[in-house]
Amino acid sequence: MTETEYAPTTESVDEFAARARSWLAANMPAIDPARPPGVERGEEGPWLRARELQKRLYEGGFAGICFPRAYGGQGLPIAYQKAFDAESRFYEMPIILNTPTFTICCATILDTGTEEQKRQHISAAIRGDEVLVQLLSEPSGGSDLAGVITRADRVGNKWVINGAKTWSTSAFAADYGLLLARTDWNVPKHEGLTMFLVPINSPGITLRRIKQVNGSQEFCEEFFDGLEVGDDAVVGEVNKGWDVASRQLYHERRAVGGGSEFASGIGAEGTTDVPVNFAALLQALGQPDNERLQEMAGRSLVHRAVQEQLIDHVYHGVNDGSLPPAAGSIIRITHAETHQLEMDTAMAIAGSGGVVDTGDGLIRYGQRFLSRQTASLGGGTTEIARNIIAERVLGFPREYAADRGVPFKDVKRNRA
Amino acid sequence: MTEAASPEQLLFASTAQAFLEKEASLHKVRELHAAGTSFEPEWWRRAAELGWASLLVPEELGGGSVSGNGLEDLALVAELIGKSVAPGPLHPVSTVLAGLVETGGAHATTIESLMSGETIASWAVYEPGKPWAPLQPALTATPTARGFRLDGVKDRVEAGAESDVLLVVARTDDGIGQFLVPTDAAGVTAETQASVDLVKRYARVSFDGVEVDVAAAVGSAAQAPALIERQSHVASVLQCSEVVGILDTVVGFTIQWALDRYSFGRPLASYQALKHRFADLKIWLEACRATTRAAVAQVAARSPGADMAVSVAKSYVGEHAAAMVQDCIQLHGGIGVTWEHDLHLFLRRVTLYRSMFGTPEDHNLHVYALTQELEPAS
Repeated sequence: MTETEYAPTTESVDEFAARARSWLAANMPAIDPARPPGVERGEEGPWLRARELQKRLYEGGFAGICFPRAYGGQGLPIAYQKAFDAESRFYEMPIILNTPTFTICCATILDTGTEEQKRQHISAAIRGDEVLVQLLSEPSGGSDLAGVITRADRVGNKWVINGAKTWSTSAFAADYGLLLARTDWNVPKHEGLTMFLVPINSPGITLRRIKQVNGSQEFCEEFFDGLEVGDDAVVGEVNKGWDVASRQLYHERRAVGGGSEFASGIGAEGTTDVPVNFAALLQALGQPDNERLQEMAGRSLVHRAVQEQLIDHVYHGVNDGSLPPAAGSIIRITHAETHQLEMDTAMAIAGSGGVVDTGDGLIRYGQRFLSRQTASLGGGTTEIARNIIAERVLGFPREYAADRGVPFKDVKRNRA
Repeated sequence: MTEAASPEQLLFASTAQAFLEKEASLHKVRELHAAGTSFEPEWWRRAAELGWASLLVPEELGGGSVSGNGLEDLALVAELIGKSVAPGPLHPVSTVLAGLVETGGAHATTIESLMSGETIASWAVYEPGKPWAPLQPALTATPTARGFRLDGVKDRVEAGAESDVLLVVARTDDGIGQFLVPTDAAGVTAETQASVDLVKRYARVSFDGVEVDVAAAVGSAAQAPALIERQSHVASVLQCSEVVGILDTVVGFTIQWALDRYSFGRPLASYQALKHRFADLKIWLEACRATTRAAVAQVAARSPGADMAVSVAKSYVGEHAAAMVQDCIQLHGGIGVTWEHDLHLFLRRVTLYRSMFGTPEDHNLHVYALTQELEPAS
């Protein structure tokens, strides 16, 4: 599936890194990695900026490092990407394009798309010409993804799509979306789904922003009212959409935890993702030498460090077969737990300054705390991820499901 | 074990494992405990014949390892030891060797007898009433005509009463020093201290005007802090490795229990409330493995990040291990709190290790301090 065949390269990782170093210095805007530019993912500007930076990377030959050369990438193993990440820490990078465009959508198209889809969309994304998103969750329910009720009906030689999607990350900034729709209602739920790659700016799609607790308007909901697409929009096979969605979920779990080779550049993916600088926090409190607070902060730093080590461990474990692919859910959960501990610790250290604005800026820790659960919900809840680990990593019995083997039209749904 | 184990490593590992299964089973640990014995010196000599005490010693001093990375091989032995919480002085002997080999051939005779298993050594670093503070000894080493005179008390010395020689951290005129002191020297008295473990024993050792000659000094005053750091690192990663072996074993047989045990006509493993607890156990197990491997690799490579990696691993493993074994006890039900079930043997060892060579809280403080050096507040 995503076994990219790596082109033979005569350039060593060190030589590649040296070349990247001088190219970055000459072509990319320098930043202080300790104070990265705040990227508000819910605004248009950062997306235009990211496309422009991506284009520069492409022109320099440093875009799509782990994607095959045939689709515009560099066809190099992950060691080269890691080396590039280390070098590019000091430069402004189009990090917001990583997820979902590269790590989920392009990775899935690479696994399951037609040759034409790969040539068109992966290349366009690597050039900075296309942003891709996922259109999966629906207002009717989140965790039971295979229970979607957005429908695609065959009318002549077209597919006509009707329904609604929600929680689509950065869809407002996107060109195309991977949309999961029901194409057969007479078979059990997993067997009647098809994945479509649809243009977002189409008549028949109405897009609305969702405002979150922290004020972010990055997530969107979309209403489909007779959207028409052709057979060339089908990704994978008709009624085999669950296979495609499963690949997306697999890539998403790895990406959310930070374990995708298709991500380029390290650092916060947005303002809500910036790590807490505990030393600065203790300084702002006037308590830089308070051992109790230092110990609390130290524990959070330990968990942050272990998360990085675990990403590496699980990545290699899945690659060498010592862990099953579903182990990607491990880092999905620990990502959420690490984030939670960091938010809780910052909140605890900030004390009352975290909840009443006393002019010292500490209230931002209280504000961030309010959105703490986002990390445990986005990309599938941690409860579902724990089911996955129990069932597909440990081999425990599956949960009872009332819809198993039942034609979808007969499955009970939400009351009114 | 590392992912890319060579055939030689696999053979080394399987030999070590076969020896431990036959000669250091849980049953054996219970027998030793019942007999009031910590370990049998003859058993340790046989373990040493398998090369366990030679792994940290360079070839020119007669040592060597199968993989070329002695610390990784040693960590593997520690992990295997965890599977049956085996007895024996692997940790204290290795910790002392980690210091001695840094001084070239100066202590070749002691190194040789440690490698053969004839001599048992331990690191005398803790002092009564004080937390983990290896660089702040109160025990003094005063220069004399032929060497030094040691005065003071150490405690929590692993296998202190069973050791032939101790590596003692002392305050000197120049700062800090370490000295090799035979336990039969005049003025040395050792008193056993019991631990929560069934077989691991410690000792309080008094040094009353103990005379040693100049050759007893291990490294110079200038070298001492680096040697002590190295020894702390080796001691810590061996602990973490053994704990990973313990957790792998305990989580493994608890998973099997959940699959085999039925209540209300269905296996425990089918209940979502329990499945989620097992998922967490699996997550923490892999995280402990990840952070321990990272620490072993960095210490083996003497990387500048080794100090951070060791404290991260010690803190994380220390925070989680005992809680995980307690969870496994809960998942077993009442049988888990009986003397008859082996769970407590594992719980004892991880509880002991949680607090030795720095508690998670001590290491959290250290990680904070190191982070502040790397990324200051302003």
